[in-house]
Amino acid sequence: MLEVEGIHTFYGLSHILFGVSLRVEPGKVVCLLGRNGAGKTTTMKSIMGLTPPKRGNIRFKDEEITGKQPYVLARKGIGYVPDDRRIFADLTVGENLEIAARKARGTEGWDMERIYELFPALKNIESRKGGCLSGGEQKMLAIARALMGNPELLLLDEPTEGLAPTMVHALEDQIRKLRQAGLTVLLAEQNVRSALRLSDHGYIIDNGQIRYQGSVGELEENEEVRRKYLLV
Amino acid sequence: MELGQSIDLASLGSQLLVGLSRAMILFIVCAGLSFVLGVLRVPNVAHGSLYMIGAFSAYSVFALFGTSSTGFWLSLILAPFVVALVSLIAERALFCHLYQREHLMLLLFTFALMLIFGDLVKIIWGAEYRSVLAPSILRGSISIFGSSLPRYNLFLLIVGPLVAIGLWFFTSKTKIGKISRAAAVDREMVGVIGINVSWVFAGAFVLGCFLAGFGGALVAPTVSISLGMDHDIIIEAFLIVTIGGLGNIWGALVGSLIFGLTHSFGVLLWPQFAIVFPYAAVVIVLLLRPRGLLKSVW
Repeated sequence: MLEVEGIHTFYGLSHILFGVSLRVEPGKVVCLLGRNGAGKTTTMKSIMGLTPPKRGNIRFKDEEITGKQPYVLARKGIGYVPDDRRIFADLTVGENLEIAARKARGTEGWDMERIYELFPALKNIESRKGGCLSGGEQKMLAIARALMGNPELLLLDEPTEGLAPTMVHALEDQIRKLRQAGLTVLLAEQNVRSALRLSDHGYIIDNGQIRYQGSVGELEENEEVRRKYLLV
Repeated sequence: MELGQSIDLASLGSQLLVGLSRAMILFIVCAGLSFVLGVLRVPNVAHGSLYMIGAFSAYSVFALFGTSSTGFWLSLILAPFVVALVSLIAERALFCHLYQREHLMLLLFTFALMLIFGDLVKIIWGAEYRSVLAPSILRGSISIFGSSLPRYNLFLLIVGPLVAIGLWFFTSKTKIGKISRAAAVDREMVGVIGINVSWVFAGAFVLGCFLAGFGGALVAPTVSISLGMDHDIIIEAFLIVTIGGLGNIWGALVGSLIFGLTHSFGVLLWPQFAIVFPYAAVVIVLLLRPRGLLKSVW
């Protein structure tokens, strides 16, 4: 569904990604693991067109999407949940969802009703301003907002960051439900335990390069990976 | 001290009306300026020129219909659309390439545009004074409690709140209005949820300029339409949106009321120095609240 081939991304003059490649197969949850500053968020932003790569290719559903604008990618079926959430603070929860709504192609789509089924907590705060939400509520709203666009691929950047452990478990259940609903997910995480519980396949990124990749079982069995990167 | 000697209830009433109706014109123009400031982050110095084009266009429509009352009503409707069209062309041809630039560049660019618009108006309409006559139903005065209240000012007092209600409805009830509010805070994220921000900006810009044009058409019967209208209004307009809170259209309303009312009561208190009062009010507001009275989106 998504193929990233050797992308090099810069912030101004600083070179952040050095030939990152990864693949996400339809219906799978793939995680991108790495320390703070390893290049996870930049990889996500490069895919979403927010920091277009200088070199390399990105393909989505066999179509070249490198350098396309974010709104075009959203319309093609990529949803993005930024690590800093970026809720529209002036809008209510309901309005945040409303303006993100986009018709589903073919399959039964997400609407307010299904979103509130998945995140019942959001229904109670529907008329509250986005700026007045707790971190956990904002996280849920950011995911819900991305779902309203009926994506086929969801880019989830650090969904568990800063959440209480009970919230992390609740969020994991919700991500599993999304997967059951047929969504493909690329998950960037520092929280290794949580990510490995959810994923089929993993990539480990460090200093802007992919160091290892493999199924979750392979990653967990690899002694060096465990010691150097996973610390589990 | 002879100050206040001539202040009686009747003149107080009529000055209140004059101040409020002036505030309504200012509000309509400043709401447009503030909307553009909020959503596009462009300090559009040429906003006053669009107001002037609105007034001149109103004159042309009025003259085209043989200076009849139909001409007046049509001028109110058509002149803002002329301005909207001009602004659409300016946005698609020029502004849309410049949003990423720093504010100083935008300030210089819109300043240049103001000079160009000024010359274009001179070429098209000439340097003579023009005027528009309000229809008979809006001419003359009504006498209430001994105050003589001009009908046209009362008309403005109806139009202003209608525009405010319309803007409230647009920004809080329509999807495009909500998208504009979102774009004012985080334009990149608006793109991420699949909205072509470029067209949101074009729409917001055209709406803001439409209001400038509407303000120009509304003011046309009360002033001599002339070159230089643009400079007069733009200075006041920037002060008003600054004291109200940049990008906040309700701030524009509050600022306009302060500006209009302090001026008209200044006329009663100290006629020779009436012009000082609104500026003194601006200074006081900025000393107390440097970021404006209401929440600024900047």
